[in-house]
Amino acid sequence: MTAHAATQRAATVEFEHVTKVYGPGAAVTGAPAAVDNLSLSVPAGRICVLVGPSGCGKTTTLKMVNRLIEPTSGRVLLDGVDAATRDVTELRRGIGYVIQHAGLFPHQTIAENVATVPRLLGWPSARMTARTGELLAMVGLDPVTYAGRYPAQLSGGERQRVGVARALAADPPVLLMDEPFGAVDPIVRERLQDELLRLQEQLAKTILFVTHDIDEAIKMGDLVAVLGAGGHLEQFGPPAAILASPANDFVARFVGTDRGLRRLSLLSVGELPLAPVATCHVGDDGPSLRQLVPEGDFAYVLVLDGDDRPIGWIHRDRQTDGVVTPDDIESDSPLLDRRTTLKEALSLLIDASVQTGIVVEETGAVSGRIGIADITARMQGADRSADRSADRSADRSEDRSGAGPAGDAEP
Amino acid sequence: MVIDWGWIAGHLDDIVAALWQHIVLVGIPLATGFAISLGLGIWAVRRPRVYGPITAVTGVLYTIPSLAAFALLVPVFGFSMLVAFIPLTTYTLLILFRNIVAGFQSVPSEVLEAADAMGYRQRDRLLRVEIPLAVPLMMAGLRLAAVTLIGLATVVSILGSGYGGLGQLITDGLQTFFPTKYVLGGVLSVALAVVVDLLFVRTERRLTPWAGARATGAVPA
Amino acid sequence: MNEVARWLADPATWQGGTGIPVRVLEHLAIVAASIAAATLVALPVGLWIGHTGRGATLAVNLANVGRAVPSYAVIVIVLPFSLSFSRELGLNVIPTFLAMVLLAIPPILVGAYAGLREVDRDLVESARGMGLRERQVLTGVEIPLAAPVIVGGFRTAVLNVIATATIGAVLGFGGLGRYILDGRLRGIGGTGELIGGAVLVALLAVGVDLVLAVVQRWLSRRADPSLGPARGYRDLPAIPLADGAP
Repeated sequence: MTAHAATQRAATVEFEHVTKVYGPGAAVTGAPAAVDNLSLSVPAGRICVLVGPSGCGKTTTLKMVNRLIEPTSGRVLLDGVDAATRDVTELRRGIGYVIQHAGLFPHQTIAENVATVPRLLGWPSARMTARTGELLAMVGLDPVTYAGRYPAQLSGGERQRVGVARALAADPPVLLMDEPFGAVDPIVRERLQDELLRLQEQLAKTILFVTHDIDEAIKMGDLVAVLGAGGHLEQFGPPAAILASPANDFVARFVGTDRGLRRLSLLSVGELPLAPVATCHVGDDGPSLRQLVPEGDFAYVLVLDGDDRPIGWIHRDRQTDGVVTPDDIESDSPLLDRRTTLKEALSLLIDASVQTGIVVEETGAVSGRIGIADITARMQGADRSADRSADRSADRSEDRSGAGPAGDAEP
Repeated sequence: MVIDWGWIAGHLDDIVAALWQHIVLVGIPLATGFAISLGLGIWAVRRPRVYGPITAVTGVLYTIPSLAAFALLVPVFGFSMLVAFIPLTTYTLLILFRNIVAGFQSVPSEVLEAADAMGYRQRDRLLRVEIPLAVPLMMAGLRLAAVTLIGLATVVSILGSGYGGLGQLITDGLQTFFPTKYVLGGVLSVALAVVVDLLFVRTERRLTPWAGARATGAVPA
Repeated sequence: MNEVARWLADPATWQGGTGIPVRVLEHLAIVAASIAAATLVALPVGLWIGHTGRGATLAVNLANVGRAVPSYAVIVIVLPFSLSFSRELGLNVIPTFLAMVLLAIPPILVGAYAGLREVDRDLVESARGMGLRERQVLTGVEIPLAAPVIVGGFRTAVLNVIATATIGAVLGFGGLGRYILDGRLRGIGGTGELIGGAVLVALLAVGVDLVLAVVQRWLSRRADPSLGPARGYRDLPAIPLADGAP
């Protein structure tokens, strides 16, 4: 299944003034709403996260897409077609649905579970078997081991993976996920999140993802919709915009006072300009180090071993005689690669004795260094860009950080 | 205590006939009762308001001892076979109804939600998801009903309808002061109940392959 | 129906050694005696199994056997032995009594066991942790919380026993079952007695069960004050759930 074919299988989802009110007073205005006049548009192939405190209507909104709940007023459109005009069963067979605790059928094997929708659609069994094997492999479960097992034999994380495979079985254009990783422990949750993002790189589905965890929303979403009490949409935009410019007090409070740190997790080391590093090798002449680093600059030289791997720092004035040996190393520094988020980098640097991070390539070769000052300078640059990007419409596809490199002269 | 083995050997056909009669006496009400209670059970699950009254009525009926129940129906049905079948079917119904509803209620709600979301229509959902998952409790209910029915059926003979299965052996034996007959009847009834119980346990296990499966070497996610 | 009315209206029905009050007392007496005897055996054992958790398989198997065994069969199997013991009592009373005791033991035992098992283990542990001795944990925490299920076990036992006592009339035992048997023997003329007896038995059984249901409800309330008002048999039917507890 090529990426090209996959993007054709992603639909746009739009909410037009969707409202849901419960109770006999449904027609009465002023009755408390579960979802209140929601309008937003999710472009095809994007992950849109609905986030908010409990009772804010995010699950209700999600369920109005596959009509497990019907809107009181307003329309939900998939690829421009009103969901209410379609046959509800046919609609649901074309939408993937993943819930907390997976909801796998306990009396069916994993393979039978995954093939549920294809079986409802009448696929030939050879095609179903092939597709099941493909999907299980895609979610990281070996088909040979898992296909014949029953859900009771799997761990919680494994069951969630099967749930995702089951939702993707008929290659639906839209995927709905309701707190899918809420019931597993944090380590498993992080792994599942990373795998979903990796899957999305391949499949580019339109995903609506509900969570109450703002960190998950920031991590997973291309677009984030913050919902408040009474089912009211408080803000809708890319994660960087939510963090940099919360639309009101509610959003600011929901995001939390450490939103600055959260924004750091959206940027990575590779986006920073790297300062050069003076290097020397074990066995080099000690006094000559002084020439490597000019006065007034960062006063340390990086010692490399025989494979050009960094061992540690040595002050340029340290050795007045003899050669450099590993015992002369004064201190160490964290090693970073280009994909390390600035948040991780910052926390590593704060802990280090020499607050400089060594950036290495995949080969292990040293490419430069960054310090805490570089990080803060980048944040200030990002501030300016993010303010401008928050003004743009959410429909435009932009990269996840929501901003160009620092110092860009934006039109 | 003297058991006349000779008599037993000489009357094997009669004994087998009584056994067979007993099985029929149990089998028909069981099947009928199951069909009715399945329908009632599905109805009660769809319309929760019905559950209360049905349970109340069946609860009261259950407490009436079987001999009294048989006797109460005599004015309506005389001493025919129906006098036996009606109460037996009713007792089956009482036991099965409660267990069938419990079976349906044991299906986790997220499984039902997932089934709806996948696009199962209501009838398919009932047949493919709800009933299979309700089977364990339903089977347990059937087992209980079958075994109870075997006991209840022995009492039928007391009112002298002439169609009493193994209970007839007992009653005849008592009336003729013939220990062999009535002890045999008693022992066979117990044996039948135990065998049927075991058969049902076997079938229960066969029908639910997923219940036996526990985490076997699950790799952490 | 008229026959029943006629039979009830006849003063002879109410008097003497075979009168209704006597029969009712006979029935209740043997019920009470057999339940008492069964309780002496079954309750301590059931409580012990439930409290310590040991011997659970025995309890479960006993429950299954107890449910499976037909009471009529037990009565007659016991008969030859009891006859050799005493000609008269051995016919009229002992078999029925023995059968009732045997049939009452499993539900009481299982009720005690299941009731204790259902008590939240955390509660028991915190009681121990607070310094309550084993016996205090049992009487102060476990039994009060398990009481509704234990009484449920008694309810099942009582129903079994009332039914068995009714059948015991076949062997000459008194009680309300006699009316049914005697009425049957008298043919057409005895129809009033037959049905009247049946009605009385039914009323007795339903009445006793109702009382026990109220007790069970009261105990449930004490164990969990948040329970709402009972709605008759809807909340506490005597019909067993097949998964174990009465």
